[in-house]
This record gives sequence, structure tokens and C-alpha cells, in this order.
Amino acid sequence: MRQVLEGSMAVSDGVRMVEPHVISAYPITPQTHIVEHLSKMVADGNLKSEFIMVESEHSAASVVLGASACGVRTYTATASQGLIYMEEVIYNIAGMRLPVVLTVANRALSAPINIWNDMQDAMAIRDTGAIMLVAENNQEAYDMHIQAFKIAENPDVMLPVVVNVDGFVLTHTFEIVETIDSIEKVREYLPPLDMKYKLDVDNPYSFGTLGEPSVYMESRYNLYNAMNLSKKVIVEAAREFKNMFGKFHGALIDTYKMDDANTVIIAMGSVIGTIKDAVDELRESGKKIGVLKIRSFRPFPEDEIVSALRNVENIIVMEKAVSPGKGGILSVEIRDTLYKNKMASINVNGYILGLGGRDITPKNIYDLVVRAEREENVDGKFIGLRRLE
Amino acid sequence: MIKTKFDYDKYLRKNTLPHIWCPGCGDGIILKALLRAIDKCEYPKDDVVVASGIGCASRLPGYVDFNTIHTTHGRALTFATGIKMFKPRLKVIAISGDGDALAIGGNHFIHAARRNIDITMIIFNNYTYGMTGGQYSPTQPLGTYSTTTSFGSIEQPFDACNLAQAAGATWVGRSTSYHAVQLEKFIVSALKHTGFSVLEVITNCHISFGRRNKMKSPVEMVKYQKEKAIPIRSAENMSDEELAGRFKTGIFLENTDKPEFSSEYRKMAETLKTK
Repeated sequence: MRQVLEGSMAVSDGVRMVEPHVISAYPITPQTHIVEHLSKMVADGNLKSEFIMVESEHSAASVVLGASACGVRTYTATASQGLIYMEEVIYNIAGMRLPVVLTVANRALSAPINIWNDMQDAMAIRDTGAIMLVAENNQEAYDMHIQAFKIAENPDVMLPVVVNVDGFVLTHTFEIVETIDSIEKVREYLPPLDMKYKLDVDNPYSFGTLGEPSVYMESRYNLYNAMNLSKKVIVEAAREFKNMFGKFHGALIDTYKMDDANTVIIAMGSVIGTIKDAVDELRESGKKIGVLKIRSFRPFPEDEIVSALRNVENIIVMEKAVSPGKGGILSVEIRDTLYKNKMASINVNGYILGLGGRDITPKNIYDLVVRAEREENVDGKFIGLRRLE
Repeated sequence: MIKTKFDYDKYLRKNTLPHIWCPGCGDGIILKALLRAIDKCEYPKDDVVVASGIGCASRLPGYVDFNTIHTTHGRALTFATGIKMFKPRLKVIAISGDGDALAIGGNHFIHAARRNIDITMIIFNNYTYGMTGGQYSPTQPLGTYSTTTSFGSIEQPFDACNLAQAAGATWVGRSTSYHAVQLEKFIVSALKHTGFSVLEVITNCHISFGRRNKMKSPVEMVKYQKEKAIPIRSAENMSDEELAGRFKTGIFLENTDKPEFSSEYRKMAETLKTK
């Protein structure tokens, strides 16, 4: 069914389709709408879930950890400060190999307090062991949530999946979203959760017990391997989704007008839409330019990036996060990927834009492309500063 | 009577105004009462610190011309504790909402009370998470509605004043944003108290709480405060039935016997130095 949905509604409707048993969350802008919609669905009897209200994000994440350890499907959502407050628990969820799905309505971090969009919050949990997917638009946000549960619950993976949805830019804007009519079809795509290890009185296990030096490293190694294995699972989940529901937004990455491109813009999230528009315009003026969208940030799709960039000369990385004292985060990972694959001669320029809700317009992108033509291997350069530039 | 010509500008950062509070919100009344109270206590502006967490109430420090710090959700008291311990001569005020103080920050609340550290905490209790659109709060009265309690809350609410007393605070009181004159007096008393003072102020959020609870205008909410507030003395002669759905106002506790933490700490430090 085609509907005009706010991003938050698209997310909550996607979550409704997978029928999580336990949902727990704490209000935080710009996430709140998501769980509010879910709470209403539960109250109206349209979703048979336990909706558990708590007194903090730390508790919300702990509630879903506990529920998930019992072997049921769980979901939570947060943003910004709430996410970094959850971080302690996210490490535990990943370490206990629990398939929790978590939405992040990406928002800047304090201080100063800022409720608007960027991706610094997501970057702060980069190394927790959670799979991190990034949605470009409301349709993808809807579809990605259904895929997220499939990825998380794969027996080879068993890791939390964080679905990043740009705060306000997506969560509070309305777009046409084609929703799935048949919950049976979703059940077919995503069979009931059947966890091998769970808290069960008849077959007891312990979770999170002290891992002494003799075993801890192996447990991290297993997690590390599972993350690598998840690449295949993410690709399969996207492919299977396409076969069943007809929608495809890319698997680990997606590309746009890359066939003959000598310049490529790499980014993730909603800004991809703006970049595509700008690229269409730039192509009319004869520039051979394409777009590479990172759909899975963790696991990082090295092989896919390498094959997509084989014949490229210039790369522009646009990111809404920064690592003070180093530069970009995505740009560094792109460079590392190229270096490892003997493609270090490609010119990579990394720019920081749109922090704390600063708009990124097509004009910014035109300017950036012009600028990148005369710059070589810059990194962490702030674009669009009001005075300092 | 309130002085009609009180010069609020003296204490406001006018470049940060207008404030973000909705028209009809009670928070502005509390802000003004706080400024009058500070004025009455004659604290130099530079000796006052106002710390807050996150939420509607927590925006207050941005508007006032003291030393101010707007921090993370629920943690006003921890930052305030650090400030007080480092510079005990400062007058430290923590501003918190009901969610900030009693849900996400509940842990810090009881521990600040237990230590009896010389901080004045003002809890703006509007029974809801106003800033995020009206989710249930730990003080939300039984049976009332919010976006996350569609059939009425079945969770027992906290009584902030009982909690503060039980945890060890040494000055505990409650007023409302309707009782502006009393409110100012209570803030003065709380500020002058040495030790952890907790003033709970019932304030109105007609937008997020009132609309869902048949009080959609600020007037109805202010009437609610006027009608439901029972001074402690009047409450003494009332039965439980009569008290149902109402709340007591007044100063519940003023205990000057219990040692204050930051001064005990200095004393200990002095003792150790002489050893």
C-alpha cells in the first residue's frame, strides 16, 4: 500500500510488521515519535508486544537485553545522548550475542546541546560490535528495519543491529512509502526467532559471566568473526527482500551513475538524496561523477568499495561526523581500504559538513566538487563554517 | 505583596530571550520567583551557580545571568556536587524537572540527599515529559493519561518530598507555580538553609499533560493547583478520603542538626593535615 508517512511512522510501521515481543524506550528528540507510534499500536491492539516504559535509556537497553536473553524478539530506539548513555549496554548486548534491533534517529552530541541531525552519535558506538546500517530515505528506513531483524537473528550472526535514520531530515518529514500489506509474507521472510542459547529453566545457560584472560579473547574473536560473516547475510537479506517485496536499496553499498565516473562522492544517510540530485545536475555540465552510498558502515564493506572504485581518480567523502585530532572517520576508513588494496594513488578529499543540523544544499555540493578538483588528499576540512573559513 | 517594579532585567541574559517555554507554562513564574528570592538573599551574582540537566525546566540556566551550566539528562546534581565540593563558598542551585530529577537522575537525587550536601534543588514537577511531547513520568498521578499511558497510568508515582526526606535531605518543601508569593518565600528559606534542600514546585504543562487530562488551558491547570494544594496544617485534620487526589504544600522539614557534607569534608582534610 502506498502511504504518505513520516519517517518515524515508517520506522514504527516496519517494526510492527516483524511483531517484536518486547519494546522498551525512553523519550528523546528526535526519536520519540517512533516509540510513541509503537506505544499507540500496542494500546490500540494492533501490535501484540510488551511495551515497557523505563526511567532512562540505560534501562531501556537493559530491558531489551534481558528480554532478548530469554529468546524473544526485541526492539528499542534512541538518539544522541540517549545512545551514548546506552553504549555500556550495547557492548553487553553484542558481547552476549543478542539480536536486538535498535533505531537511532541520528542527532548531534552535547555540548552545546543541539537536537538537530548529524552522525556523531552513531560514530560514538562504532566499535561496540553492533552492525550499523544507514537508511537514505523513509522507504529504505521501512524496509531496512525488516531486514535488520533478519540479519540480527541469523544464527551465524547473532549481533545487535543499529539502524541509523537521520533525525528530523527523515524522522520528521513525510514521504511516500510503499508498505507491505501481508504480515504473513513478512513472517515468511522472517521466521519466528529460535535462539540456540537463551535463558531457559529447562536448559539453563549463563550470560555475561566473568570471562577470564583464558577465554575473553576468544569470545571477542568470535564476535569479530560473526561481524565479518554478517556481510554475506546482509547481502542475502537485501536480495531476498527484493525477491519477495520488490524493493532494493543496495546491500552493503549502493552506487549511482558510477559506470563511467572518474569522480565519486561517498557518503551515507539522507544526504545521499541531495547528492544524487546534485550529481544529475553536474552530469549535465559534462562532469563524470557518481555516488557511492555506504549502507552498512559496520561491517565495513571493503571488497565492495574496492571493486566500485577500481577506475576512479578522485573521491570526495562527505561526512556529518568528525574525529577531533585526526579528521574524518569515514574518510580515514576509505583511505585505509584503498591503501590496503594498492589503490593509494586515488585522490581522497574528506570534508566535514552538516554538523548539528547545518543544512547541506546542492550548492554546497557543487562548490565541494569544484573545490575538490584543486585539492589533494585533504581531510577533516570543515565546509560551510560561518566565520572561520 | 510582590513588588511590582522588581527589576528582572538585572538577572536575565536578555540576548537569550525569548525563552522556549510555551505561552501559559508555569516555568516562567518559578524563574521569576527564583530571581526575586536570590535578590532578597542579596547574593552577589558571581557567587551563584545554577546547574541543570535536560528538559523544559533545565533550560532555565541559559536565561539567568549567574554562573550557569546546562548538562546531561538527569545529572544536574552530580555537576552541582563537583562545583560545591571545589568551591564551597558558592551558592549552588540545581534545576531539574520531574523526569530529570526522579527518573533518569533518581540515583543522584537520593545520594545528594543522603550526603546532605549544601545544594538547593528546585524540581519543576509538571507530571510529564513536556519537551518530548508528553510521555509518562515518575510523578504522573495514578490514572492520568500521557502518550505512553493511553489507558491511564497504573504505576505508583513518586512523592518527591517524601523521597527527599526518606533519603536524608534536611530542608524539604512543596509549593506551586500558582502560589507565587509562597514560592518566593520557600525559595528564600531553601537557599538560606545549609544542607541539601529540595523544593518541589507543582507547575503546569497544559500542552503535554493538561490536554490529555481535561485541563487543556493554563487557566484550568492553575485552578487545579489552587484547588488541589492543601497546606500542611489544614491537611492534618483531613481524612484520607478528603486528601485523595490532592497534594500538601508547605515546608515539611527543616533540620539544621545534621552535618553538611562539603564542610565535613573540609574538616576531615584539616584533621589529616595536622596529623
